[in-house]
Amino acid sequence: MPIQVLMPALSPTMEEGNLAKWVKQEGDAIAIGDVIAEIETDKATMEVEAVEEGTLGKIMVPEGSEGVKVNSLIALILEEGEDASALDAAASAPAVAAPAAASESAPVADAAEPVPAAPVTLDDVQDEPEIPEGTPMTSLTVREALRDAMSEEMRRDDRVFVMGEEVAQYQGAYKITQGMLDEFGSKRVIDTPITEHGFTGLAAGAAMAGLRPIVEFMTFNFAMQAIDHIINSSAKTLYMSGGQITNPIVFRGANGAAARVAAQHSQDYSAWYSQVPGLIVMQPYTAADAKGMLKAAIRSENPVVFLENEILYGHSFDVPDIDDHIVPIGKARIARKGDDVTIISFGIGMTYALQAAEELAKEGINAEVIDLRTLRPLDMDTVLRSVIKTGRCVTVEEGWPQCSISSELGFRIMEQAFDYLDAPVARVTGKDVPMPYAANLEKLALPNVGEVIAAVKAVTYSA
Amino acid sequence: MPASASGGAQKSAAKGGARPAVNRTIVEFDKEQELHAYREMLLIRRFEEKAGQMYGMGLIGGFCHLYIGQEAVVVGMQMASKEGDQVITSYRDHGHMLVCGMEPKGVMAELTGRKGGYSKGKGGSMHMFSREKNFFGGHGIVGAQVALGTGLAFANHYRGNDNVSMIYFGDGASNQGQVYESFNMAKLWDLPAIYIIENNKYGMGTSVERSSSNTDLSERGASFGIPGEQVDGMDVRAVMAAAERAIQWAREGKGPYILEMMTYRYRGHSMSDPAKYRSKDEVQKMRNDHDPIEQVRQRLIDAGLASEADLKAIDKEIRAVVSEAAEFAQTDPEPDESELWTDIVIEETL
Repeated sequence: MPIQVLMPALSPTMEEGNLAKWVKQEGDAIAIGDVIAEIETDKATMEVEAVEEGTLGKIMVPEGSEGVKVNSLIALILEEGEDASALDAAASAPAVAAPAAASESAPVADAAEPVPAAPVTLDDVQDEPEIPEGTPMTSLTVREALRDAMSEEMRRDDRVFVMGEEVAQYQGAYKITQGMLDEFGSKRVIDTPITEHGFTGLAAGAAMAGLRPIVEFMTFNFAMQAIDHIINSSAKTLYMSGGQITNPIVFRGANGAAARVAAQHSQDYSAWYSQVPGLIVMQPYTAADAKGMLKAAIRSENPVVFLENEILYGHSFDVPDIDDHIVPIGKARIARKGDDVTIISFGIGMTYALQAAEELAKEGINAEVIDLRTLRPLDMDTVLRSVIKTGRCVTVEEGWPQCSISSELGFRIMEQAFDYLDAPVARVTGKDVPMPYAANLEKLALPNVGEVIAAVKAVTYSA
Repeated sequence: MPASASGGAQKSAAKGGARPAVNRTIVEFDKEQELHAYREMLLIRRFEEKAGQMYGMGLIGGFCHLYIGQEAVVVGMQMASKEGDQVITSYRDHGHMLVCGMEPKGVMAELTGRKGGYSKGKGGSMHMFSREKNFFGGHGIVGAQVALGTGLAFANHYRGNDNVSMIYFGDGASNQGQVYESFNMAKLWDLPAIYIIENNKYGMGTSVERSSSNTDLSERGASFGIPGEQVDGMDVRAVMAAAERAIQWAREGKGPYILEMMTYRYRGHSMSDPAKYRSKDEVQKMRNDHDPIEQVRQRLIDAGLASEADLKAIDKEIRAVVSEAAEFAQTDPEPDESELWTDIVIEETL
């Protein structure tokens, strides 16, 4: 049976083309790789190479033909030992090209997370405290808690190492890794050159090979140089490899505004990273969470973006004095109980939320305050339970308003608890401007307690 | 021993001095090696031709970058490596996967986006991996594999094993900033990284001369103290000889090594590139005078190591393997729709 030569597609979008020229003529011998014809599209002229050997038996579409459909029969090649008598049958046979795999109608993805129009039903939740009553506590700064988390995990698993700028000899630009070089040595506490893109890619590669790197960014502002590896190399590889290649890596460092460092050093990346499937995104507020969440992040098989805050580094909190304090990924914390309104925040935003709740309590408004802790995946169970109870919600974050964590919360609450709302969800965010340097302008650019109080009064109609 | 290795770093210090010639030193192949090289290169060639044909039929979507013409590079490198060494490359990756021992059926089925593909149809031509075969992709971002591959080398160093990482990239990628960030760290920490620059003369449509201030890419590691050499990448024996020098260097703990493979791709950058930036004569001359497979074939015949009939039998065998792969890639079902939602994150069991 002669070999059918079909009109090839030269790009993903080509449907037809012109047969400009036959380079080989009927009767010519053809070797694999020989150019047999030239075809034209609106973009280019391309050569058609033979992928089978034989003799060009019959040209079915003469040169100069326009609008030749992709996959239509353009010629027949006779195999060794075949003669022209074989041509007639072949010419009338249907072209054998299989149709492109994509079906005409897009399949309905029914395995997706459901998006119910109706309100969700939530299982009864056991109201057990995360840390049992009577657990001994030690007061630690967030800085110390982060260090303890890394050190404990490095003692536990020798695949874990930390790398970044100034993490070793300098003891950390913000002293998070203080003392770690002494304990673990330069093999596992590694000073890098100032090359975020390079060392992030290197760490991602080491994670693919089975190590468990902790990459410290002096601040996440500098991680923009490395974001390609965080997203394209780390977040997507499990999926692109069909589940073969894991990326157990933690990207951590100071995020968001510090004080008077202006636009290039003050950005909050919560919303950016939380948009990416394949990443876990966490942001602790308390020292107890900083420790328990970072330990969970280091043990995770997934890439984790762990967003800290420079101002919080020096804040002290009680931390459970137990062997292995772990805060599970994806679990929010109710920081304060209340019935009148739900205030949702995370990280340093919690300082505004909690202060506002204190002030509001004096006026008889009892706010429930939720600390999200993990920003991806969001603990919507905890959020919805509270909002269904209070019917009112205010979100608080330092990041910009457009496509923010607040935007996402507002939308999901609208989707899943619309009927329970007694007022539209309100948000308090950083202003929609690059961070200014001047002290008064910087203050204006960030959220404040007064704005949270005003938002709560608006949603409770108690202004 | 790599006499040229220690000199490699120094040669660029003598700026303006005579440029060292392309290293054409070869290892003499015995019959078994010649036949192995022939078979491996032919498998890549036939596989790629079939992939090109299937692209033309609309069975392969998106981008498809063929390796035709460059076969000697991966085959010669792999002949000098050992089990445990890792391979990582760009999106022109089909040849690399085949020499790593990945199944042609699984690779072709990934190209057609089917269930039996190496990434279950979710990666495509540019994103494929095999942990089992130590093939770490398959990366679509130009230059990203250089930093990632340096990380593979870091892992070998960290674990104290004697594996080396073979990191392939093109002349185009050699101008990316992260390549130099990686070179710096690789030498700073003496990581076992072999950087193989596959110089096929064009980064998409832009020639090396139009993109690179210094076109001797083997010198790109000079300021870091990384030795480098230019190698005849069309002669599989020269590739293997260079690979042995570089791999020994890295395995002995002396750090990274750069091999600039002077090679050529016969096809366009991707299937939709008509390659108007070079003359037909240039392509034809390469095919006629330097084809890597033809060179081995001629040697086998001339030395009486194989007859035309022997080689034809090999050819037939390989075409059968490729046909079987193509058949599988067309009949294997598309991934189940539920696969849309798998492999995004690993469920936490904390």
